[in-house]
Amino acid sequence: MTHLHNQQPAPAPGSQPVADHDLSDALLERVRQAVQDNTPLRLVGGGSKGFYGRPVVGETFSLAAHTGIVHYDPVELVVTVRAGTRLADLQQTLAEAGQQLAFEPPHFADTSTVGGMVACGISGPRRPWGGSVRDFVLGTRLITHDGKRLHFGGEVMKNVAGYDLSRLMVGAQGTLGVIDEVSFKVLPLPAASATLRLEMSRDTAMARLAEWGREPLPITGAAHDGEALHIRLEGGPGSVADTQARLGGEPDDVDFWQRLRELDLAFFSRRHDSRPLWRLSLPHRAPAVPLDGDELVDWAGAQRWWRSDTPAETVRRHAARVGGHATRIDLDQSHGIETPFTPLSPVLAKYHHRLKAELDPHGIFNPGRLYEGL
Amino acid sequence: MNILFDERLDGTLPAIDKDALVTHLTAHLPGMTLLHREEDLRPFECDGLSAYRVLPMLVALPDTLEQVEALLGICHAQGVPVVTRGAGTGLSGGALPLEKGVLLVMSRFSRILDIDPEARTARLQPGVRNLAISEAAAPYGLYYAPDPSSQIACSIGGNVAENAGGVHCLKYGLTVHNVLAVNILTIEGEHITLGSEALDAPGFDLLALFTGSEGMLGVITEITVKLLPKPEVAKVLMASFDDVEKAGKAVGDIIAAGIIPGGLEMMDKLAIQAAEDFVKAGYPVDADAILLCELDGVEADVHDDCETVRSVLEAAGATDIRLARDDAERATFWAGRKAAFPAVGRMAPDYYCMDGTIPRRELPRVLKGIADLSATHGLRVANVFHAGDGNMHPLILFDANAPGELALAEEVGGKILELCVEVGGSITGEHGVGREKINQMCAQFNPDEITVFHAVKTAFDPHGLLNPGKNIPTLARCAEFGAMHVHQGQLPHPELPRF
Repeated sequence: MTHLHNQQPAPAPGSQPVADHDLSDALLERVRQAVQDNTPLRLVGGGSKGFYGRPVVGETFSLAAHTGIVHYDPVELVVTVRAGTRLADLQQTLAEAGQQLAFEPPHFADTSTVGGMVACGISGPRRPWGGSVRDFVLGTRLITHDGKRLHFGGEVMKNVAGYDLSRLMVGAQGTLGVIDEVSFKVLPLPAASATLRLEMSRDTAMARLAEWGREPLPITGAAHDGEALHIRLEGGPGSVADTQARLGGEPDDVDFWQRLRELDLAFFSRRHDSRPLWRLSLPHRAPAVPLDGDELVDWAGAQRWWRSDTPAETVRRHAARVGGHATRIDLDQSHGIETPFTPLSPVLAKYHHRLKAELDPHGIFNPGRLYEGL
Repeated sequence: MNILFDERLDGTLPAIDKDALVTHLTAHLPGMTLLHREEDLRPFECDGLSAYRVLPMLVALPDTLEQVEALLGICHAQGVPVVTRGAGTGLSGGALPLEKGVLLVMSRFSRILDIDPEARTARLQPGVRNLAISEAAAPYGLYYAPDPSSQIACSIGGNVAENAGGVHCLKYGLTVHNVLAVNILTIEGEHITLGSEALDAPGFDLLALFTGSEGMLGVITEITVKLLPKPEVAKVLMASFDDVEKAGKAVGDIIAAGIIPGGLEMMDKLAIQAAEDFVKAGYPVDADAILLCELDGVEADVHDDCETVRSVLEAAGATDIRLARDDAERATFWAGRKAAFPAVGRMAPDYYCMDGTIPRRELPRVLKGIADLSATHGLRVANVFHAGDGNMHPLILFDANAPGELALAEEVGGKILELCVEVGGSITGEHGVGREKINQMCAQFNPDEITVFHAVKTAFDPHGLLNPGKNIPTLARCAEFGAMHVHQGQLPHPELPRF
């Protein structure tokens, strides 16, 4: 089925504007205090992605009350938001102006905040075509280790002055500084979209996607669940209808993408399968994992969700062999697990530690969240 | 002139015995081309910003990675500064040599290592020319999206170092959005890979940090870029306006209609006239501004978007709207824009190209400010504008042989950039800071922010041997020359030594 202009839920009647609470001064004070007391801080936004990293020992430092949309000018395609703003609130504001965060970030909970979303850097099903969180970050205000609030990047599309500290924060999970405010590039919602289900084997699906990928088709989602290929088309009504006619298949439930993005499909449920869950980030044409387990393919092959009892070492070795990496995800561990991420090579680790030592010399920001000692 | 390396402000450089270094390098790297005589060094004394010239102490032209590694090893051990250069087309003096440094020229690394049409990637040595990537990918229906105007000559290593843009950035992104991985040699001689052919990598996003870092953090030795399928069709509309402000507003109206054009360019009257005289693109020379709007993608959508844009332009008060009839006319429309710099160059002995970005809503104010600066300083300014993404290229016309005019052009340029910062923009959208805008960095960033930049530099190059003096000013320089804001007579960081 083709949907026009209804990608995002319509704003609830009488929806409230985002509360405007600038707590920057209090946040700065808290950081200065932490440095003085030599107390590590455990940075928390909405607490929705605690599972995604290592447990942090430190005093809880919540950014959730630091909310508000600082600037939004739809014509400029730029929005600037305080870190504690709920992601859902930002997306509703954008949707009311016919715009979106094109990288389709997951929420995992209603409480999910913009700061947490940037810090974790997780992008949704549109990522291979639309870009990632960091691709859309234009600027940040950061609270640094010496309790200063500094501005990097800006509110313009192109800006190559100085090092790109803003994009460096994406995925650093607060270990290099506190994200106080972020500016994003936003894009129009697609005029039309359609979701198709094509019953075909995994290997056939991968071969088709490789062919289609070399053509300018309006594909913005491609996942294989073991039985069928799910395709999302987004663009003008003409191209979506033409491509739908060409690819065929059955109309599919549009909720599929949301459930995939939110890790809410049966595949992700522990009740459904209690084996460990892995996220494999691989070159998209890497062959199927030749180890015992079940696979759910997203990102046209570049992101593989995988359930298996295979030892972690073996999983990571396999991912590295084909040019990618493996992340262990346990959605039930709300404070994280000991070794979620693929260990860094010694040289890379050396430069990570040096950068950490320069930007967080007292080791107060989310110590150990990504790797031990970082 | 305060732009050349000044040890009083930019930090002392070690005194190097040139003859001893030549002897040492020749002994350890007998197969590497090493230039040391003045006549051989002369061609390397500047990059695309040719108003500034410095003769390097030595020029190294390695052919192999082993040579680069060994060269860096020796320079690191002896404390010799290294300036890395690609094709030397940069417009901000990012590859301006140092009298006391080695210029490491990577242009011989010009092989396309692999084009993988299935993966839609290209693996490249840093000296591969930007356009050569798209040419090599064309048989597979693919291309590399970022297209800086120097794309015939500029190399991909330099593109990554500068985070180069082009006319299609709004829709297809800058270099940072189109690079999957880079291999780096650190000044300490280690090989590291940042990013991967997968869409992310564990740890910090050092790939983003290195992109646009202007050769300050490491030497790029290999690049993997993503290739995109060529759009099925592309159409160009040219709209004329009798008022620059109306043209600026039309740009916002197109975006507000939910359309992201492949390219959206604006030229003012002086630029139109220059381009028309030069390439006969059929531009309306009586117009105050033109917009070129390229729409690309799948045929059905492009057709619909053309109709929408046409009605938006009409409503915005365009005096004439023309749709290029065919690809030949489309190429002609673009030819004028692409030749705008050399075309303006024919109107005066020299021109100085600026690269500020602004929020588009500030366009009328900034254009007025530029016009005022032009009038008060007596230098003509032509405006070429990547209107879709707010990136302005004011071209300041001057005569370098007329006493004082270069300094005057620099002054006007500096003030234009400060105006961009004042309205919430940036001193550089795509050309980089290099040496050219080193003083304006002090207007865009405060001393604390600059201190953080130095901290990043220290993490990768603690002795400051890679491209010293570029990209990030010292606080001493900001205190001396920068446009630092002085509040109530209080300079920031009063504890800094003044010379």
